[in-house]
Amino acid sequence: MEKLDAQQLTKKANELRVVCLDMIKEAGSGHVGGSLSAMDILTALYFNILNVIPENPNYRHRDRFILSAGHKAAAYVAVLAARGFYDMNLLKTFNKMDSPFGMHPDMHKIPGCDMSTGSLGHGLPVGVGMALALRMDGIKSKVVVLMGDGEIHEGSVWEAAMGAAHYNLDNIVAIVDYNKCCMDGPIESILNIEPIVDKWKCFGWSIREINGHKMEEILTAFKNLPDQRGKPTVIIADTIKGKGIPSVEGKYSSHYAVCSEDMLNECKLQIDNEE
Amino acid sequence: MFKKSIFPKDIAGMEMRGVFGKALAIQGEKHENLVLLGADAIESTRAIDFANKFPERSFNFGIAEQEMLSAAAGFALCGKIPVVAAYGFLISLRSCEQVRTDICYPNLNVKMVGTHTGLSMGPGGTTHHSTEDIAVMRSFANMTVIAPADPFELVKALDEAILHPGPVYLRAGRGPMPTIFSDEIIFKIGQSHLLREGKDVTLIAYGSMVAPALEAGEILLQNSIEARILNTGTIKPLDEKAIISAANETGAIVTAEEHNIIGGLGEAVAALTARVKPVPVQMVAINDTYCGIGPEEPLRQKHGLTIENIVMAAKKAIALK
Repeated sequence: MEKLDAQQLTKKANELRVVCLDMIKEAGSGHVGGSLSAMDILTALYFNILNVIPENPNYRHRDRFILSAGHKAAAYVAVLAARGFYDMNLLKTFNKMDSPFGMHPDMHKIPGCDMSTGSLGHGLPVGVGMALALRMDGIKSKVVVLMGDGEIHEGSVWEAAMGAAHYNLDNIVAIVDYNKCCMDGPIESILNIEPIVDKWKCFGWSIREINGHKMEEILTAFKNLPDQRGKPTVIIADTIKGKGIPSVEGKYSSHYAVCSEDMLNECKLQIDNEE
Repeated sequence: MFKKSIFPKDIAGMEMRGVFGKALAIQGEKHENLVLLGADAIESTRAIDFANKFPERSFNFGIAEQEMLSAAAGFALCGKIPVVAAYGFLISLRSCEQVRTDICYPNLNVKMVGTHTGLSMGPGGTTHHSTEDIAVMRSFANMTVIAPADPFELVKALDEAILHPGPVYLRAGRGPMPTIFSDEIIFKIGQSHLLREGKDVTLIAYGSMVAPALEAGEILLQNSIEARILNTGTIKPLDEKAIISAANETGAIVTAEEHNIIGGLGEAVAALTARVKPVPVQMVAINDTYCGIGPEEPLRQKHGLTIENIVMAAKKAIALK
């Protein structure tokens, strides 16, 4: 596949926002807010950044991706379908009985999914194990782990942050989808994670700060990695919860919500206006 | 083809953790993709024998067990056979959710070796006792749970665990255990060992309670009670065939284990017999309490893990027939 450029990626991400919201609308409800805040990053990963082969999802030298914030699965499975790992029509089954796709991804049911996730704070430690194993075998693939911002409340994230730095894992890239909302409220009121950059820095990571909705910035963040030889890299992506539906943008209540016909139309209108 | 013996030399009477370390080093020769994960207890679990021989395949995670168990999943996902060596309670309790979510749910090829299990940390007290590990680990789908009774069973069980594709928890113990088997032991996951034939009652035990069960069998014989004795080195999957035969042919069962009475072998056996062939089942186990501080053996005695209690339980089970 030809890699999409920034402009094409923006268009693709917007198309997939509609696909994702349609899935959630059909299912009755879903993780609207986080799926939309991560959509641009996920689209950029699968249509430009990651070395993956949909026809051979277990290709040994592929880049690994872990959706550690597993609740953003509605966006993830839509992106994988669009990338050609399976038929887009399958997405209609989202959250239905015996569907391969639920609120959180199952690696044994979703082609292209490298790890089952859903419980927070697991992805980075799993990624550390992958990065160590790949390095042992001289495989140059990178391991990319996408976390939510509230997820870094989990202590296991910081165990792994220490571990990755200790083992000089410059083949791992963590992304924090910093949409500033938890389930119960704004993250600063639940458990403040600031100063987030200083935290990662003092744990021995290289930091790249970007706007997580600007494709040029997402692509640039993945250029010339590792940022520093022997250091893991974290990308702090400034995002908006519910990005793409103006009436819910920035609202923590969109974490898990019903997607109405009005919301879907609002998203489509917004895209039309942008284009 | 690996031609060397999997048995380290002179293991009879050796500490169980020492046997584990030496056996793991041999397994490292046998399997090039075997890696060791430890959490600042590589020396203490005696996995150091492997680490000294294969430093490039050994990873110390520091005192970060949750990361270690998740990372083990990551290693397995990239084709390695990770062996996690840590105190039993740290694997089964501290990292419980990592074991369930990252290893058992995706059914990954991770071997978890719990050392210092049961009351073997005696004066370490309740924080360091592992008396719930079997209950926790056997509750996870896809998990295999093994608890060897002597050094020879440990070596063979480790060999089988590594060959078995999927998650395994191996409860290794710590100090020496009496020798019951030899290097001719046949160990198959899910198969018990018939240690003594008998028709009046069946004693079923694993780990440290197998030797007391054998001694109880002798005492019972002096009382004209012929006890069948089974070693269930695999607690999950349980050797259902042997246990149902025992229920049918002896009509009464006693289980013995160095573990809390809740969730252990006793409940597993009782659940099975209740479903298939209800017979009296008496359980010798820790009576739903924390065991406090004391030297290992007196602590076992204090909490009823004795030959005498197995004998009494056998008589009670027979009386309830």
